[in-house]
Amino acid sequence: MPINYYIFLSLALFSIGIVGVLTRRNAIIIFMCIELMLNAVNLMLVAFSKMHYNAALLAGDTATIAGTDGQLFVFFIMVVAAAEVSVGLAIIVMMYRNIHSVDVNFLNRLKH
Amino acid sequence: MQNVLQIVYLIPLLPLIGFLINGLGRKHLSKSMISVIGSGTILVSFVLSIWVFIQVKGGNVHTAHYFDFISVGDLKIPFAFKIDQLSTLFLLIITGVGFLIHVYSTSYMHEEKPEHFGRYFSYLNLFIFSMLLLVMGANFVVMFIGWEGVGLCSYLLIGYWFKKHEYNKAASKAFIMNRIGDLAFLIAIFWLIAKLGTVSFDEVFSAANLAKLKTLDITAITILLFVGATGKSAQIPLYTWLPDAMAGPTPVSALIHAATMVTAGIYMIARSNVLYSMAPITMDIVAYIGLATALLAATIALKQNDIKKVLAYSTVSQLGFMFLALGCGAYTAAVFHVMTHAFFKALLFLGSGSVIHAMGGEQDIRNMGGLSKKLKITFLTFLIGCIAIAGIPPFSGFFSKDAILLSAFIKNPVMYGIALFTALLTAFYMFRLLFITFSGKFRGTESQQQHLHESPAAMTIPLIILAVLSVIGGFVGIPEVFMHGGDRLTEFLSPVIAAHGEHSVSHSTEYMLMGLSTGLVIAMIIFAWFKFRNYQRSEATGFGKVLENKWYVDELYDTVIVNPIKKTGTFMSQVFDLKIIDGMVNGVGRLLQYGSRQLRLLQSGQAASYVLLMVISMVLVFVIQFFLRK
Repeated sequence: MPINYYIFLSLALFSIGIVGVLTRRNAIIIFMCIELMLNAVNLMLVAFSKMHYNAALLAGDTATIAGTDGQLFVFFIMVVAAAEVSVGLAIIVMMYRNIHSVDVNFLNRLKH
Repeated sequence: MQNVLQIVYLIPLLPLIGFLINGLGRKHLSKSMISVIGSGTILVSFVLSIWVFIQVKGGNVHTAHYFDFISVGDLKIPFAFKIDQLSTLFLLIITGVGFLIHVYSTSYMHEEKPEHFGRYFSYLNLFIFSMLLLVMGANFVVMFIGWEGVGLCSYLLIGYWFKKHEYNKAASKAFIMNRIGDLAFLIAIFWLIAKLGTVSFDEVFSAANLAKLKTLDITAITILLFVGATGKSAQIPLYTWLPDAMAGPTPVSALIHAATMVTAGIYMIARSNVLYSMAPITMDIVAYIGLATALLAATIALKQNDIKKVLAYSTVSQLGFMFLALGCGAYTAAVFHVMTHAFFKALLFLGSGSVIHAMGGEQDIRNMGGLSKKLKITFLTFLIGCIAIAGIPPFSGFFSKDAILLSAFIKNPVMYGIALFTALLTAFYMFRLLFITFSGKFRGTESQQQHLHESPAAMTIPLIILAVLSVIGGFVGIPEVFMHGGDRLTEFLSPVIAAHGEHSVSHSTEYMLMGLSTGLVIAMIIFAWFKFRNYQRSEATGFGKVLENKWYVDELYDTVIVNPIKKTGTFMSQVFDLKIIDGMVNGVGRLLQYGSRQLRLLQSGQAASYVLLMVISMVLVFVIQFFLRK
């Protein structure tokens, strides 16, 4: 499959994530959108990694490791995302306990 | 073998050491210690100067090079002393008269507190040090260091009684007026460096002799140097500081404002006589300014009532005579008059100090009178000083003044006429001063009359020595007509000051001129005797009032120069500084405050708006990266 499809899909996912973060007020949905963006990036990394690997094989380099670092990064991102989710969800829980809502517009005290 | 004169550095070094000891230890040393250190260092310098004089007389002329003071690129300015006939003569005057005045001061200033006493002597020593640098320097820069140093000491000593506001003002006036002249001097030095790349006397004069300088350059440099001299030597238009400088203690007036510092300008021009002789335009300017100053100051002196003011204007007038001589090319006559003037004017100032001392600080001659009975030595020495300055043979003033008058006669008989008239005025105002002060009835208060006493020996002995010098000082320069080979001063100075302009007058003319001036001076003295022997206080009217108010020159300067500058200063500080400068500075601050107040609105606290901004910025970065990159 051509790389273009991966790129378009990934761009679409990323854009959906951004629009979601910008427009929605529910903290959980914002969270999901952030995950969407992270995974769009993951998809892109894996796709390019595969592309470079195939290109190296076609060039006759049988012992290549080209593109493996891209896949490695995906794991890093997953770990960071997992950590982030745990902290973020904890914040959301605390927020709900305090103001009985998960609407981020109530959190405008950031300017103080 | 090294020249024995290499050790002349001791002569200025000793007063410097005296300055340091007295200046730093003024709170710990006793008055007698301070007196001994202050006067002793000068005495040793004087003895050394005599030794140097003997060496120079024996033909040992030396330029002592010590180290390079400034060394930049091709320009090397050495710290060197030039010991020749001219500087030796000044060394003797400075250390000799300086020593006498130090001794006199020990008694005159004895009522001061020890620390102020120490301060006074340290300033005096610093002054002697600077003055010695000035005359010993082998180039214009070392001379300039001394030149500035004496200006500083003059400032410090005029403002010695710093608690009186007017005295501080007088000190500032002297300093500022001197600075105007100093600036011209400095420009002349730069000019020399630009044209010749050297400031050493020998090199500059030999370059000038080899016609390496254009006439225009020489004229400009000499005029600038002369402007410097008008500041230091109190000539028109910068003379008004000298009478005000009488705010200082009387011995200071005697030392700095009569005998030594004010003659620095004459020394400088005599030293640069090679340059001046090549610039006839400057010579004319010097002569006319000198003559005008002599006449103006003499007329002012006629109506002054402060004993020191009369002497101050007399000094200005005599300095004018010296410049007249310089302008006529009679450098030796000018130096001769510097010497005799140092004797008799120091004598007169110290005499006036003795009178002021006896009168308990009174300086107004209208309140004196009849002092000759109580102050016999002061009176006699003062009388000798007056005769000497009036120019009656065989007192010293006669010979030097006659030489000047003769040179003026050779240059221009009209100048001679004016100079002679000024000389008559000199005799008149000096004897007016003498008669009002010492003859007639006492006009002061009862308590002053009780207080009257002759001054102690430390004051009278210098007076007597100076009186003797005032009598015999002229014999080093007896004119040719009296005695062949009598003019030993000219002979002595001939290696430094080349004789030129050999249009001498016939002997009969010379005798006639001398007879004329002497006769008229004696007539003036007799006139003054009848007019002032029984002086009655009276208000000056008409023209006398103009003279009493010094031709309103100070007022003129105030209106034309000082007040506009003050007004500009006020405008600058009150309007320009407050409105424009402060406005600019505050404006920058206000702009930033306004800008930040607007930018602060971005921080709304809405997380979504932050994210939006972040996204917009990122998009912008991408746009710049992709589309605007070259």
